[in-house]
Amino acid sequence: MRWWLPDAGSTFAGPIDALFLAILIITGIALVLVEVGLVTFVIRYRGRPGRKAFYTHGSTRAEVIWTAIPAVTMVALGLISNHYWVLIKDKKSVPPNAYHLGVHAKQFEWQVTYPGADGKLGTADDFTVRNQLHVVVNEPTAVELSSEDVIHSFFVPEWRLKQDAVPGMHITAWFQATKTGEFELGCAELCGMGHYKMRARVFVHTPDEFKAWMAQQAAGGTE
Amino acid sequence: MQTSTMTDAMRPPYPAEPGAGVYSNKLGMWVFLASDVMFFTALIGSYIVLRFGMPTQWAQPGAVLNVPLTGLNTFLLICSSVSMVKAYAAIADGKKYFLRKVPGQRLQDGGLKFWLLITIICGAGFVSVQLVEYVKLVGHGFTPSGYREGSLLAEHALADPVKYGAGVAGMYGSTFFTMTGFHGFHVTCGVISMLYLYFTKVLPEKYSPQDYRGIEVIGLYWHFVDLVWIILFTIVYLI
Amino acid sequence: MTSVAHAKPEGGGGAHDAHHAPMSFWRKYIFSTDHKIIGIQFLFVSLFFLLVGGLLAMQIRWQLGFPGQPMPGGSILPETMAVNRVILPEYYVQLVSMHGTFMVFFAIMPLLVGVYANFLIPLKIGTHDMAFPRINMASFWLALLAGLIMTASFFVPNGPIRSGWTNYAPLAARPDLSGVTVGQMLWCISIVVLGLSSVMGSLNYITTVINHRAPGMTWFRMPLSVWALFITAILGVLALPVLQGAAIMLLFDNVLGTHFFDPVAGGQALLWQHLFWFFGHPEVYILILPAMGMVSDIIANGSRKPIFGYHSMVFAIIGIAFLGWIVWGHHMFMSGMNPTLGSTFMVSTLLIAVPSAIKVFNWLGTMWRGNLRFHVPMLNAIGFVSMFTIGGLSGIFMAATPVDIPLHDTQFIVAHIHYVLFGGSLFALFAAITYWYPKMFGRMMNEGIGKLHFFLTFIFYNMTFFPMHIIGMGGQMRRIYDPTVYDFLKPQQPLNVFISYSAFALFAVQFLFAFNFLWSLKFGKKAPQNPWEDNGMEWSLPNPAPHGNWEKTPNVYRGPYEFSAPEAGDKDYLPQYTKLPTDRDPVPAPLPAGGH
Repeated sequence: MRWWLPDAGSTFAGPIDALFLAILIITGIALVLVEVGLVTFVIRYRGRPGRKAFYTHGSTRAEVIWTAIPAVTMVALGLISNHYWVLIKDKKSVPPNAYHLGVHAKQFEWQVTYPGADGKLGTADDFTVRNQLHVVVNEPTAVELSSEDVIHSFFVPEWRLKQDAVPGMHITAWFQATKTGEFELGCAELCGMGHYKMRARVFVHTPDEFKAWMAQQAAGGTE
Repeated sequence: MQTSTMTDAMRPPYPAEPGAGVYSNKLGMWVFLASDVMFFTALIGSYIVLRFGMPTQWAQPGAVLNVPLTGLNTFLLICSSVSMVKAYAAIADGKKYFLRKVPGQRLQDGGLKFWLLITIICGAGFVSVQLVEYVKLVGHGFTPSGYREGSLLAEHALADPVKYGAGVAGMYGSTFFTMTGFHGFHVTCGVISMLYLYFTKVLPEKYSPQDYRGIEVIGLYWHFVDLVWIILFTIVYLI
Repeated sequence: MTSVAHAKPEGGGGAHDAHHAPMSFWRKYIFSTDHKIIGIQFLFVSLFFLLVGGLLAMQIRWQLGFPGQPMPGGSILPETMAVNRVILPEYYVQLVSMHGTFMVFFAIMPLLVGVYANFLIPLKIGTHDMAFPRINMASFWLALLAGLIMTASFFVPNGPIRSGWTNYAPLAARPDLSGVTVGQMLWCISIVVLGLSSVMGSLNYITTVINHRAPGMTWFRMPLSVWALFITAILGVLALPVLQGAAIMLLFDNVLGTHFFDPVAGGQALLWQHLFWFFGHPEVYILILPAMGMVSDIIANGSRKPIFGYHSMVFAIIGIAFLGWIVWGHHMFMSGMNPTLGSTFMVSTLLIAVPSAIKVFNWLGTMWRGNLRFHVPMLNAIGFVSMFTIGGLSGIFMAATPVDIPLHDTQFIVAHIHYVLFGGSLFALFAAITYWYPKMFGRMMNEGIGKLHFFLTFIFYNMTFFPMHIIGMGGQMRRIYDPTVYDFLKPQQPLNVFISYSAFALFAVQFLFAFNFLWSLKFGKKAPQNPWEDNGMEWSLPNPAPHGNWEKTPNVYRGPYEFSAPEAGDKDYLPQYTKLPTDRDPVPAPLPAGGH
């Protein structure tokens, strides 16, 4: 049983998890404040015969305080979030040395196109593998997302990466995996009755392993 | 209730109520028009987004649509707005009649019955011309899903996609019929409402200078529909 | 002369002629133009749809907790939905789509707006009926028609929609991809009809509040419930037509062969999302603002204290409503929309926390140094405040764009929306139904059952929805038929089972409420005139109030929250309609030049 976000598997996990924790603390304080206040008032000011409530229409000072504090907190949170948002998702954030893969989504499978030996997409030695994503650890990778039919969403929880694949649009998402091993790629946008089984296996290799796999693919066909 | 002492600008068709300072029917119509603005905003906004996204799927102005005919139709609708104003002014002055001779003038003076009928005729004429245009367009092969396969228009478009629109102009047809269709639906509703008022209120002379709310409220609606058409005519036919 | 102008509702064409004449059963209860009867009609119809939505939810929870196992009672489902009592994937997708559709459009929205805007606005502002009673009646019948059209989609070939309540295109626009034909058309038609009903209702509420307030009922003497319902009506009038336009285009894509939302022929998939959420986010506030307003009234009453910071509460409502128009993009952070737009939508979204915080703290301020009475409405209102707080705070996680990346479209968002819509709106509705029940039916709901229902609901509700945050953090996507397909989701399946059991218990507990509601209609204690010792105008009337409400338009002497005011003497409340010796009759608003 897991009670937290999945284990970190990419460079995005650090800032995102830290931000998650920060928001959890901020909202936690607010929640405790409200709930403890509520319970305290419920007990302390429970109705008793002969007692009368304190007649007041409010206090401007108190209201200014509890308007200003959330406002400042939210603006600060917005600024910090935006810093990381731009690093992760901005169109210019894709590192120039990223290894580009094509990911084409369709009901209900992922078609991953690898650039082959020349390292370039759109050339003759490209090859496509169904429902298997192979990437190299500690190397920036960019997936060029497209969709055949409806909207799908590329989601690998360990990488903290999610990006819709929209028909008629070409969207590039990038990441840098930090952990080798096998993971899962799921579809996070309802894409029809087979949405739940639109699953691909993700393999994060060391550079040598990846080279070996590429060689094997080049020699032996598609699967 | 001394109407005679009031200047024209202050003349209300019905006592205002506290609150917004207008009677409820009029306020209700304003609120409804606000919601109708949002409806047309959704359609026109989508049109703009789609056209910018895929500009090649639109024909050049005049290539497919009959601009002079629709221009005439636009004029007809503007005329109906003018006659609506005349109808409103007539009942405000207490002219419930159809036509009446004015001493010393050659033309007879029109009353509410005359001007509202003119408005209805213009409105019905507009819808009729639009229907005729629709029938002709569909006959030529212009449909909501684009140019019909095998039609002359489709052949033209394949030969000259710049003039007639590429992709056999699917988006052109979709947006054209949706926007003008819903506008036509609004005009039709207006005409039906005016006919209803004509027979239940105008002919029995139920309106008076003290209370002609129905005319003012339907007038608001009518001017709004007219205004929407001017926008649609510009962006659909002329640009 | 002026008071006559007040007293006469417009445009209904003399609905009041029937004021004194005895009416047939049909005129009185079925084709009624009385705002109170229309409110009650809405209440019964939308409670029925709430039950339908709940039944759909139970099937969803069965499948998620026990995927692939035969569902008890599943044998009544046809082959197209369940085979050997096992739910099929296509039926599962239909379940989630229709659960959302029914709950949002046919349960919560009509319960809050249809029932309480209708029932409360004229009573609370001291007028005789809505401005346009016949349009009001039409609004109800259109809403019912829309509900029936939506229900009919279960019985057509290929069944109802399979693209979620959000109907994302091109899935929803292409029958060949979704496998739905007639169901999709019925969804679109039903939504267009519902939108018409909603606009008709809302323009009535707006006009009534502006033009038909009793003398002395100034803007800032209106109860917060009326303020909230008024602002909600403005949102409704402006938001629903956008959805109508979008639904019409979607309908044309399905039947006329247009391609508005289908990129293969030049359309744009994201256009649907922009239109839907441009409507959808104001809609979210349509679903919560009335709840906030009614809870404010009930908390002031339960605390026996004036509402803390009345004016800022009003401005917070207006602020939330205004911000609601510029945040729609936060539903689309992962959609491929320009990331820079994402930044602006994030900031506007985070700012909504400010007016929301004002409201929560002002409710707390209202309870501070009060003399609390824990009647059933008050308990549910406190439940609302505590649960809405969780729902509001969990929204901040998704508003912060980087954190939204792992949480978007997972069970975390499902938890969030249920904390706001169930923990928020529905608790407020339990409070409101109990609170105004005597005004509607002349009897009280049973207090013991009400309290039991509240505590059990509160416990099972949290057991159901809180763990969804955790499985969402673990990555479980929304709307997946079988979570055990994924290895990384298998370890948390026990939590899914736990949620399902809690949900079944939560559903079962609601029968306490249903029983209480129905039993009290006939056997409830007869209600005194002012059972909650409240200040509202409605309590100057007998229970239930007669058609036309007041014989003579009442006067309003003070604000709505004068609890424990010094002038009140030994009592701890001072109704708006009570004339103290020091009070002078209000001077009706002056008429504009040229009037009478």
